[in-house]
Amino acid sequence: MPLEVNGVAIDDTFAEAFGMRATAIIITASDRKWARQAAISMTGFATSVIGCGCEAAIDIELPPEATPDGRPGCRVMVFAVSTDELQKQIVNRVGQCVLTSPGSACFAGMEGANQLKLGASLRYFGDGWQISKKLGARHFWRIPVMDGEFVCEAMTGMTKEAVGGGNLLLLAASSAKALAAAEAAIAAMERVPGAIMPFPGGVVRSGSKIGGKYKGMTASTNDAFAPTLRGVTKSELGPNINSVLEIVIDGETSDAVSAAMKAGIGAVTGLGPEKGASRISAGNYGGKLGKFHYHLKDLLP
Amino acid sequence: MTALTFALIAEPPERLDLSPLTPQALAGMSEIEKIRLGTSKRASTVGDLFRVTGDGAQTIVFEGGSSRFDRVAMGMTEGTVRVVGDVGAQAGRTMRGGALTIEGNAGPHAGSGMRGGRLEILGNTGDHLGAPLAGELAGVNGGVLIVRGRAGAYAADRMRRGLIAVLNGAGDHAGCRMIAGTLVVLGGAGEMPGYLMRRGSILLDRAPQDLSPTFVESGAPDSVFAMLVDRHLIAEGIIEQPLLGNAPRKYGGDNAVLGKGEILLPR
Repeated sequence: MPLEVNGVAIDDTFAEAFGMRATAIIITASDRKWARQAAISMTGFATSVIGCGCEAAIDIELPPEATPDGRPGCRVMVFAVSTDELQKQIVNRVGQCVLTSPGSACFAGMEGANQLKLGASLRYFGDGWQISKKLGARHFWRIPVMDGEFVCEAMTGMTKEAVGGGNLLLLAASSAKALAAAEAAIAAMERVPGAIMPFPGGVVRSGSKIGGKYKGMTASTNDAFAPTLRGVTKSELGPNINSVLEIVIDGETSDAVSAAMKAGIGAVTGLGPEKGASRISAGNYGGKLGKFHYHLKDLLP
Repeated sequence: MTALTFALIAEPPERLDLSPLTPQALAGMSEIEKIRLGTSKRASTVGDLFRVTGDGAQTIVFEGGSSRFDRVAMGMTEGTVRVVGDVGAQAGRTMRGGALTIEGNAGPHAGSGMRGGRLEILGNTGDHLGAPLAGELAGVNGGVLIVRGRAGAYAADRMRRGLIAVLNGAGDHAGCRMIAGTLVVLGGAGEMPGYLMRRGSILLDRAPQDLSPTFVESGAPDSVFAMLVDRHLIAEGIIEQPLLGNAPRKYGGDNAVLGKGEILLPR
């Protein structure tokens, strides 16, 4: 008996995800617009570790009372496969995109015994005029810049408990319906703290399988879910499916990934097949590669 | 466990060295009454001067104080010490942790060379608040030192790290020879604050009456540091209203030396 919620079929399958390293920072600015701008710039070209070195996105927006300096801000999460790569990415991205953004400041967004350098590396931009300040248990660097000072916390925390690669596949009769379902899912999933959807607007249209026929390709198109290849390849798609969109989820913890997936499934099934997706599936590699498995049947609304 | 209480019997007949009476030194100790505190040939002991009650040593209370109480809680590393009264010189000197509260006035060199913990003086203090003794290189090296009353001259001399807040005015040369750290003075500072400071921040609530000509005005851009320090001072219970605001005026100096220090004032 296939699972069905509100007319939306749910495949009896699971999403397979991997352990990752993650860090978080809080970016503030004089107003919400510029805090978001710095965050969006630093999380640009950070959709997949396959080609970007890291996966990053805004986790949540923070009201002034929830930030260290009392200004509007964003919590940004960054995921990578190793501590060294994560360190390199966070310093490069904050250095090029947050340090440069008008009025910005940057603070630790995560606590923990494992620490990554933030201001402790960027301080050298100050060319000797940087100022170290310790307030209570926190250590800040003040770097003189042309609009005043860039204040950056010396270190931020890192977790080794993070999970990358949780996913949902939304199968619909048309592109418009698939996109409507994906947008509804993203709107619900963005409210889950500790989880990010790193692809453009949170949505991927080019889901991939591991490897390919060409030498050197680590990933290639997921032909089983490509509607134009139905009939010429071993397709997963039924006759009424013309568009598939994927949502990839990275979480600070495994619980954050499952909470986000659950929120997404709830939103897609709430929308129903007439306006959105008619079927929900998930991507896996047979269960042998990833440590974390998220069975869709456990995440129903 | 109740607080270990030293109730002063009468004004001490000589200057006392109270440095043996810290939480870590008294932990598990018996015969506290025999500890010698006097510094002259009288050699007064704890039993001569105080009526001791309570047990444990994590919380120590001196009921009654005197300007002859020198080196109260010197070198303390943990626990709490409270003095209901005045103290003499070098209260909380070289302390590294714990909390010391003095409900009366303190003499010179209070908090001298402290490295950690929290020292709060509700009354006034003498000269050389937090300052090094002759021959020492640095003054306050960490921790929080709060004076609710007025501080004498040379407050925060040669400070290197940490936070000193004087809430009712400081004497001349506050923050002189600072190496780094943060000094807050409300209620006005005397002549030449920051004299020969190398680095560090002096936060004032009003323009100083006489600033050294080797300080230069350095504008008033928006300052995230000012927002952070205001919030920190409020969170620590040191002030109730923001001191600097979002864009304080800055004077850089002392250019007679390194010149990387700053005096910040609300605009």
